[in-house]
Amino acid sequence: MDQGGNFIISKSITHRLTDDRTMTDDYVKPGLRESATFDRHTINEIQRAADTGIYDIRGFGAKRKLPHFDDLLFLGASMSRYPLEGYREKCATDVVLGDRFASKPLHLDIPITIAGMSFGSLSAQAKEALGRGASEVGTSTTTGDGGMTPEERGQSKMLVYQYLPSRYGMNPDDLRKADAIEIVLGQGAKPGGGGMLLGQKITERVAGMRTLPVGIDQRSACRHPDWTGPDDLAIKIEELREITDWEKPVYIKIGASRTYYDVKLAVKAGADVIVLDGMQGGTAATQEVFIEHVGVPTLAAIPQAVQALNEMDMHRKVQLIVSGGIRNGADVAKAMALGADAVSIGTAALIALGCNHPKWHDDYIAIGSAAGYYDDYHEGRCPAGISTQDEKLSQRLDPVEGGHRLANFLRVLTMEAQTLARACGKSHLHNLEPEDLVALNVEAAAMARVPLAGTQWIPGMSGY
Amino acid sequence: MCGIVGLYLKNLELETQLGELFSPMLASMSERGPDSAGFAIYGDEVPGDQIKITLQHEDTAFDWAGVARAIGEELEHQPVWFQNATAAVFKLKTSETMAREYFARLAPEAMIMSVGRSIEILKGVGLPQEIIERFNLPSMQGTHIIGHTRMATESAVSMAGSHPFSTGMDLCLVHNGSLSNYNWLRMRLQKYGIHFETENDSEVAAGYLTWRLREGDTLEQALKAGLKDLDGFYTFAIGTRDGFAVIRDPIACKPAVLAETNDYVAMASEYRALVHLPNIENARVWEPEPARVYVWERGSKLGMVA
Amino acid sequence: MKTIDLLETSVRELNQSLHDQANNCDEREWVVLHPMGRHAVACGLNQNISVDIEGHAGYYCAGMNQKASVTIHGNAGQGVAENMMSGCVRVKGDASQSAGATGHGGLLVIEGNAAARCGISMKGVDIVVKGNAGHMSAFMGQAGRLVICGDAGDALGDSLYEVHIYVKGEVASLGADCIEKPMREEHIEELQQLLDRAGVDEDPKAFRRYGSGRQLYHFKVDNASSY
Repeated sequence: MDQGGNFIISKSITHRLTDDRTMTDDYVKPGLRESATFDRHTINEIQRAADTGIYDIRGFGAKRKLPHFDDLLFLGASMSRYPLEGYREKCATDVVLGDRFASKPLHLDIPITIAGMSFGSLSAQAKEALGRGASEVGTSTTTGDGGMTPEERGQSKMLVYQYLPSRYGMNPDDLRKADAIEIVLGQGAKPGGGGMLLGQKITERVAGMRTLPVGIDQRSACRHPDWTGPDDLAIKIEELREITDWEKPVYIKIGASRTYYDVKLAVKAGADVIVLDGMQGGTAATQEVFIEHVGVPTLAAIPQAVQALNEMDMHRKVQLIVSGGIRNGADVAKAMALGADAVSIGTAALIALGCNHPKWHDDYIAIGSAAGYYDDYHEGRCPAGISTQDEKLSQRLDPVEGGHRLANFLRVLTMEAQTLARACGKSHLHNLEPEDLVALNVEAAAMARVPLAGTQWIPGMSGY
Repeated sequence: MCGIVGLYLKNLELETQLGELFSPMLASMSERGPDSAGFAIYGDEVPGDQIKITLQHEDTAFDWAGVARAIGEELEHQPVWFQNATAAVFKLKTSETMAREYFARLAPEAMIMSVGRSIEILKGVGLPQEIIERFNLPSMQGTHIIGHTRMATESAVSMAGSHPFSTGMDLCLVHNGSLSNYNWLRMRLQKYGIHFETENDSEVAAGYLTWRLREGDTLEQALKAGLKDLDGFYTFAIGTRDGFAVIRDPIACKPAVLAETNDYVAMASEYRALVHLPNIENARVWEPEPARVYVWERGSKLGMVA
Repeated sequence: MKTIDLLETSVRELNQSLHDQANNCDEREWVVLHPMGRHAVACGLNQNISVDIEGHAGYYCAGMNQKASVTIHGNAGQGVAENMMSGCVRVKGDASQSAGATGHGGLLVIEGNAAARCGISMKGVDIVVKGNAGHMSAFMGQAGRLVICGDAGDALGDSLYEVHIYVKGEVASLGADCIEKPMREEHIEELQQLLDRAGVDEDPKAFRRYGSGRQLYHFKVDNASSY
């Protein structure tokens, strides 16, 4: 009983019980059919819910397959379009953010920023590493739902200070120290949800910064406490500008939802920059249902935002930063081709620091997961020392080394994007256009509003 | 999102100044609502056997005179009418149903804004100041007026999508906020015969009110029923033939402020809108409580009703 | 003493002059005329100065106040003294919604009534309301003290953390996990000090104390209806 049949089955079952190194189906006996509706993940989730009586909470972004940048391809150089030489012929990557109203807009060397992630959800070491890495390559980082730490302000040459419904740690001294202010309406993982941090991560330091009792489970507001709606948001923006003497750019961050209207309202409310986070965007903790079932894929949200900006003649005047599943230079280039001025990375930045790294594989197994699968950030047991407040674990992340790793990754993202842009004949990443793209399937074509490869067809917009 | 403003005159000697007093109120709410503006002005009431209809057509050269002639032939008497920019007001000796039928046939391209004995609704796309100038609001007279400046949220910027929305004879509604169940509600109301021109949530609130009133509710009963049936955030101001009403949803996140003197009761989304009113420094200024109906009407007890 | 008339000067110029006092304080007493409901008046102050605002202020008056003493001789719009860090803000008339929202320190006194969500998400500020306070006051309040000499509206202290709430009048209803607690000596003393600082003449023994039941401090499925 060799290659198929009972021996293999019992081997694979034993295999699973004692050594979870593989989750593949290689050894499943033919004749065992998994349901697409009640697949193993779904079955496991129903059983877990029956065991515990509480919804599943986890970190990371939407894990199911969604239309994304991989469904788009660039049209490279051709008889009519000539590429640029590497090295000699520059492909510029700089971007200015926030020059609509602020007297001190941000000048970034690369159009890739680090997205908002809180101290509390991340360790202080991780926040410092992000600051170091971003500063090394001339871009910005963003605080999160927990306030500004001295480490991050110290290390980050350009720091965007988030202004959230919870207002944890919010204070005017930090506001004045910030380089930009990001008013958060929502994020892609959970548009309409507030922050979540469970007791195991509310250490003394975190509790102090957030004015919470140590060790409790944080409850967060999902609406701002002193304004609701874009008409009152306009007045709030006025106040923040007044407090900071109109120096700092004001960003508005939205989770992709009714993007077309949201962007118009953000512009009317007075935003300098709009940060658009698609549903693939990550979070440190929220209900799994929120992550997987609310929001719009990044690919579908970008053209809505750009259309809204164009209709108001505000494209490039109010800058658009896109986040939610940006993983490589191709994603950067495609987002910019669709009209983004810059992109922002969260999950990818943490992975660059060491999140889910195979070197911690045994530790991941010990806590019931595996390298490459870990998403229980809320538990605070991160073996890589990133999404934990545990002193010993967080010391595993060396901020200097982490900073270098992030800087390396950011450089690769930039060079990859430049490579693609040069192949399309662009001397600046900004000159990438939707017409440089084609789609591999009908959904992506319709969402991204680019033609299906080999055709002129943009479903819903122009004919075959 | 939006700005709403309202002015009700207790002292009718101020009737000739109504438009002049109200224009700065509307203009000051420009930042809250830059997309379009509108107002419903009450005055110049026609006798009980007549009605007043306000219509609009974007082309100011539209042949209203021709329409008047045609209607005159149907009615066997010439209607009194006048044009104001893109709007025209007709006074007819007939019923609402007949009037609507005439205009549907004889001027199908014109949009009916309001029907009643006193009300005239004028609205349009553009900054509030443009609307004020287009209709020469400062020169208008009347007993009371409510107005609206619009920042379009989930539907298009259009004249039809602007407030006030007519909800019946001499009735109209303006809305600041965002309803969340208006699609289901619109489907239900359509089955009850209520007609909608736009995808707008506020138009659904207006249609809901029309339906409740048609079913025999008083205004207060209809607004209280709305507290249960309308889901979302709102401050409503409702214009009636004899006055106006204000209500906020139970969560009450959208602003509202009231000011009262011996001469007037004024309402606005922000106090800023009221600062030019006479004797405002000595006015009683307060905010309406959530989930309570406030009504001011000539001939009845003024103030909070239910 | 410096007088600024907002009929002649813009709010921006006023605020800039007040902000400049943080680095170089050459004037400690300021009077602002004709605020006329304008927004963001005297926000972001960061110096030991006094500012008297003669009239009604709009939204976010004295927002993020530090060290300064601001008095509004009139009503205040939404979010007065929001996120205040220190100093004192006094409203002689009524305050609109979200008064003292998310404040970390200092003292906010409202001599008239406060509207809904007074002290929402407060993080250490002390608020004393001589009149009534509206519904959802101290919603998600984390730290600090809220004193209401009049009545409190519905859902007082909903989702409360560690704020001490003292009410003399009627409480329309209590919010999730907000319970009445006994007034002990230390609370009477605490309240007396607050009333003294606020310049309010009331007997602390006439007040009742409310605080968190602490049942929502850890997610439990039994509390599902509260979420």
